[in-house]
Amino acid sequence: MNAWLDKLYKTFIVDDNYMMLIKGFGNTLLITLCALLIGIVIGSVIAIAKYYAEDNKKLKVVNTICDIYTTAIRGIPVTVLLMIFYFIIFVSDTTGIMTAIIAFGINSGAYMAELIRSGINAVDRGQMEAARSLGMSKSQAMRKVIFPQAIKNILPAIGNECIALLKETSVAGYVTVVDLTRAANLIRTNTNDAVNPLILLALVYLTLVIIMTKLLAVLEKRLRKSDGR
Amino acid sequence: MNDVIISVKNLEKKFDKNAVLKGVTVDINKGDVVCVIGASGSGKSTFLRCLNMLELPTGGSIMFDGADLTDKKVDLNLHRQKMGMVFQQFNLFPHMTILDNLTCAPIMLKKISKEQAEAKAKELLARVGLADRADAYPNQLSGGQKQRVAIVRALCMEPDVMLFDEPTSALDPEMVGEVLDVMRELASEGMTMVVVTHEMGFAREVSNRVLFLDDGVIAEEGSPDEIFGAPKCERLQNFLAKVL
Repeated sequence: MNAWLDKLYKTFIVDDNYMMLIKGFGNTLLITLCALLIGIVIGSVIAIAKYYAEDNKKLKVVNTICDIYTTAIRGIPVTVLLMIFYFIIFVSDTTGIMTAIIAFGINSGAYMAELIRSGINAVDRGQMEAARSLGMSKSQAMRKVIFPQAIKNILPAIGNECIALLKETSVAGYVTVVDLTRAANLIRTNTNDAVNPLILLALVYLTLVIIMTKLLAVLEKRLRKSDGR
Repeated sequence: MNDVIISVKNLEKKFDKNAVLKGVTVDINKGDVVCVIGASGSGKSTFLRCLNMLELPTGGSIMFDGADLTDKKVDLNLHRQKMGMVFQQFNLFPHMTILDNLTCAPIMLKKISKEQAEAKAKELLARVGLADRADAYPNQLSGGQKQRVAIVRALCMEPDVMLFDEPTSALDPEMVGEVLDVMRELASEGMTMVVVTHEMGFAREVSNRVLFLDDGVIAEEGSPDEIFGAPKCERLQNFLAKVL
């Protein structure tokens, strides 16, 4: 027992190694949250644009652009996308955090777009008709009536996407970002202790995911209020 | 009396090659309660849905409030505010409370204050006997209650005309009466109503005009006494023999 505590001390406390982990933890959260926001915004814009393009021939170009985006992004591994962004497009970003946020955000946007679109399509047609019959414009109806219901329908799927995104950010180290994974890995190389940093790393991710799942369940319960009973 | 509010001329609607409305011409006067009857597939729902352009006609014109609704330059949203519609499937907004269902459009579109909208909504809710359900959600109501709320939702926009698309067809039989009572009251207050219905009793008792739609045209038109008492065309006689 004492030997293990001694090892822990050497691995995490000496040279203030734990500070690196805390910084990495912060970066992981920062990248995940910002990328998530970007993803939701891009996803919503694309889903709504495609909804409008469905019955308006003038917007066919928009539809095609959206299709190309989702196909390309979903076809390219996020690690490759990240490296392309870092080494080719945003060469001036030295820390890589901005690049990581943008790359993960754009990646997530493609998946969000498909999710949100399926959510919008699942809302009964009568809802749009009822809103229009009251005199709402198509976008007013979308904002007030369709979109809130769509989001509610797909909330579990969005939760899954958040969790996937959190875990995907563990490749941010490819572009020199010191995220949680890279921090743990640096400690492993510096201290020659593989067991403790990696187990701790796994536990931190696991805990984060469990917390996210719980938060989501609470949110879902609140939104389900209108389902009655 | 002859104060025309909606004037429909040669209304046509094709779905691809399938012609559902083949030239319907009718004037609806202020205060009219017009029931539209006919077999399923005769085009009566399509006709009603064309009146507020939920279904886009492929020919003809609809004059309402001094404008031709089929004209692409007309602001449909503005005209739809004056035409309430009640659907077979209620189509209440399930994510909003009853009160929000009633007030969201008036607040958004008529720019009245929340307080005003809520006062009006509560007053109308009380009149259909649902004052205590303002904070409930649609899924907590019975079918008959939902449809009464749907009628109130349309009324909150203070429309000039109310369109009903088979308002009682999705209801359990014991709930039909409560919805018809609300419609009856509305008619007695002088609201102009166009009602697509299978409720022949209601058509006979409440309406002042009945349209019999058959194969995309108005095959016969008249007062309820004429239509139900002395039907002239054979198709109407057959139809009535089946439904009465």
